[in-house]
Order: sequence, then C-alpha cells, then structure tokens
Amino acid sequence: MLPPTEENNHNMDIQFIETLILTFKLAFCTTAILILLGLPVAYWLTYSRTKIKPVIEALVSMPMVLPPSVIGYYMLTVYSPQNWFGACLSDVFDVRLAFTFNGVLIASVIFSLPFMVQPLHNGFRSLPASLREASFTLGKSKITTFFKVLLPNIRSSVITAIALTFAHTIGEFGVVLMVGGNMPGETRVASIAIYDEVQALNFDAANRYALILFIVSLILLTTIYSVNKTNEPWEIR
Amino acid sequence: MGDTVIHIDIHKQIHTADGEIDLSVKTDIPSGELVALFGPSGAGKTTLLRILSGLTVPDQGKIECGGRVWFDSGRKINVPPQQRNIGYMFQDYALFPNMTVLENILFAQRAKDVKAADDLLSVFGLNEFRMRKPGKLSGGQKQRVALARALACEPQLLLLDEPLSSVDAQMRMALQDEISRVHRHLETTILMVSHDLEEVFRLASLVIQIENGIIKKSGVPELVFSDVQVGGKVQIAGRIVRIDRQEPANIVTVTSANNQIIEVVASDRDLDALNLGDQVMVFTKAFNPVISKLC
Repeated sequence: MLPPTEENNHNMDIQFIETLILTFKLAFCTTAILILLGLPVAYWLTYSRTKIKPVIEALVSMPMVLPPSVIGYYMLTVYSPQNWFGACLSDVFDVRLAFTFNGVLIASVIFSLPFMVQPLHNGFRSLPASLREASFTLGKSKITTFFKVLLPNIRSSVITAIALTFAHTIGEFGVVLMVGGNMPGETRVASIAIYDEVQALNFDAANRYALILFIVSLILLTTIYSVNKTNEPWEIR
Repeated sequence: MGDTVIHIDIHKQIHTADGEIDLSVKTDIPSGELVALFGPSGAGKTTLLRILSGLTVPDQGKIECGGRVWFDSGRKINVPPQQRNIGYMFQDYALFPNMTVLENILFAQRAKDVKAADDLLSVFGLNEFRMRKPGKLSGGQKQRVALARALACEPQLLLLDEPLSSVDAQMRMALQDEISRVHRHLETTILMVSHDLEEVFRLASLVIQIENGIIKKSGVPELVFSDVQVGGKVQIAGRIVRIDRQEPANIVTVTSANNQIIEVVASDRDLDALNLGDQVMVFTKAFNPVISKLC
C-alpha cells in the first residue's frame, strides 16, 4: 500500500477516473454492438420456422447458465496465436485480442448476448401476429414493418434490454478477468478494481468503486421497472 | 370488368380444434360482388381469406385474380401479400397501437394524402377520434378504423374477417350499411367471413357455405339457405333466444337483425330440431285462416 501523500492521492484519483471511464466505455460499446446484433437475432428467433431454432435459442442463452470462467477460457483459447483463428488475426491483421480492450469487448458482447436478446424476443412474441400481417397486406415491406410497426410497439422491451445489458456489462467480473486480466487503462474495469483494492486492503478505494456501481445499477433497474409500469400493455381490444 | 374474376382452386391441410381437415375449395368469384363466407367455426373460412391474401400458403393449387396469377404450386408462383393489392380487416382489427387513428390510415395509403384520409375518416364518422390511439377507442370505433384502413389503399379485393362480430346490434346495423355503401360506391369485390345469417341476408349478393373444408353450397342467399322452398311473403332471419315448452303450445322467441322480438308457436316435433342460439328463418307460408262471425 502506498503512503497517502498528496501525489499518491492525485495518482489514485486519475486511476479511479480512468477505471470508471473504461468501465462505462466497455458497457456502452457492448450495449451499442448488442442492440445492432440483438434486434435481428430476436426478430429471427421470433419469426423463423426452421427446425434448428431451439439449438440457436439454446446457444444464445448459454452465457446465462455457464460460469463466466468457461466463456473466458474458450475466448482465451480462440484468441491464442497457437490457434488458427488467433494466428490468422495476429499474422494477417496484426491484431492481438487476449488481454486487450477489444478482446474484452468481444467476450463481453458474447457474454451479455442473452440479456439483450431475451427481452427483445419476449417483446416481439408479445405482439399479435396480425400486426405484422396487417402491415404486409397494406403493401409494406419487412423492413418498413420492422421499423414502423414492430419496433415502436416493443419500446419498453428495447429499453429493458438496453438497461439490462448495460447494467450486466458493468457488473461483469469473471470474463473480463479471464480475457483481459487487470491492466490499468486497458482492461481494468471497476469490478476488477474493487477486487484488487480489497486484496491490497485499500478499503476506501474499494468502497468508492462499489458505491458508484451500486448507484448506477440501482438507477438502471429503477428505470426498467418504471418504464414497464408506465407503459401500459398496448392491447388492441 | 369480366376479367377481374377471381379463380380459386386450392388444397390445404389445416389443423382445427376438431382435428385435421382438408380445405379444398374450387370456385370463381365474379368481380364487384359482395360474397359472404358462411359456416361453423373451424370450417376453414378464415384460412381461405388468409390464403387469398397470401398470408397462408396453400399446399397446392392455383389462385388467379384479374388475369394475374397469385399462386400456382405447379409453377412455383406465390405473389407476396404486399403485391396483391388487397385490403384485409382482421378479426382482432390489428390496428397499430403506436399510431393515432389518422396515422393508421396514412400508413395504409400508397401515397400519403391527408385530405383523402380525412375524407375517409369522416365517411366513417371518425373525425373526432383522428388523434386518438387505438387503445383509447371502443370496440365499434376500432372496427370502423380497421375497415377504413383496409379501404385506404384502394384495394381491388377487400377481405373482411368477421367484421362486425363484437359490436352491439345497433352499431352492427350502422356498420352493415357502411359496408354496403362502400361496396356500392367503390365497386370493390368484397369477401366477408360471417357466422351471422341476418348479416349475410342483409349484405351479401352471393354466399359460399363452407363446412369441414369444402363448399357445401353457393349462390344467392335465398337459394343457399332455403332447403324448403319458401313461398311466403314475410321472411325474417333471426336467432332463437328463448324456448318455452308449455301447454297448450310451445313458444319460441326469435330476435331479428334490427332487434325485433318475434314469438312463434312451435309443435313438439319442430322443437326437436331447434336449439337456443340457432339461426332461423321465420316466415309465413300462407295466410293463416281467420274465423270471423258472419252477421
């Protein structure tokens, strides 16, 4: 533990801010990627009739039941330059994913996928089939129907999905630790910093991180519940 | 307009509450007619409408509308619903909850035209609700919006799935007039699913009676529904609401479309074939003999 001099305090503040910025950057990027990815996946899961759908559904939901360390382990294996994929990345594109922000981001997208897809999937499923069909009979394409009819009517599901994904990514620990390690400014997010500070018996710093995560998560979940309460079920009858 | 006849010749295995049935329909619908699809639930009426709209794909067969092939299993043609130029009114109305009444209509138009939308809304008496969302409308108002929306794209074929099922008798009469007027005014071919004999008689120029997936009868309503040749002067279609078995005579109470209540005397033998809720026709076959004293 460093002595509490003024300079050390200043350094700690910088590190604190850096870690928080990284945490929110990771959560923001993960959520942004996942909304773009999750909408088509949820749409496909709702309206596709292929026989392999249960397999895809299971794969999407796997991160909910698997220990983060399992996902982290597989991601590391895939990223490893000893693997053809990792080798291809490092040889052809000169990209290294293990222990980098981008590597953590990809792992985090995969790990949070069900938290985005499931609320959206439930939202689409709650809409009667006739809404989509009515739009088709009125001559509207699938794309127009998606943006003008389906999406506006699952607004509360979209908000829930975004808030859940964001909150879940902020709270992620295992995958980030496995894939990213604990590199300040690169992969050290708040949840890992808490663990690190506690190990170092630096309870003041751990407390600051913990309080911020607690408050952010509380605000996000409150948003979800108030949105779902004010948004009346959009029944037609 | 002879070329806008719709030829239907399709087969489709459908699952109903009573098990699998084979929907097998072969018929021609002349243009400009108001055709009622009549029959018990699960007979395949809605499926037939969905097949015509392109929302359900038949197992095999052919559909042609106005000389254009909509579906041909042999040639693997299946025109999507977007390109069939139809109006479809769903049983649950399927109004878009995120849009106001006016926006629902504008969405349906091929080219946005607020004036035309307003005209349509005033025809249906919906002007004061134009800025309301569907969630804030009554059942009858929703049905009118759904009907107006189905018409907004000026379809060559209008498909109505039990358009007047959930409105009260008075509103039903008003909406029947509306449909009738629309039909006369636009000369659109209309196919309408109905369970309601009174409605069929009031509106339809042709009836297709479907039972267990096949056409049992078709033709003008009077012919389709009169197993007995009715020669009387008065015919009222209605529904049995009460049966009183009593001495010396059984009384059957029937309500007609315009909520007239008619009491009819029936013999025990007549009652064997009649049940509460049955659709019936009340008619006089001849003048009843009346005795009056000669002075």
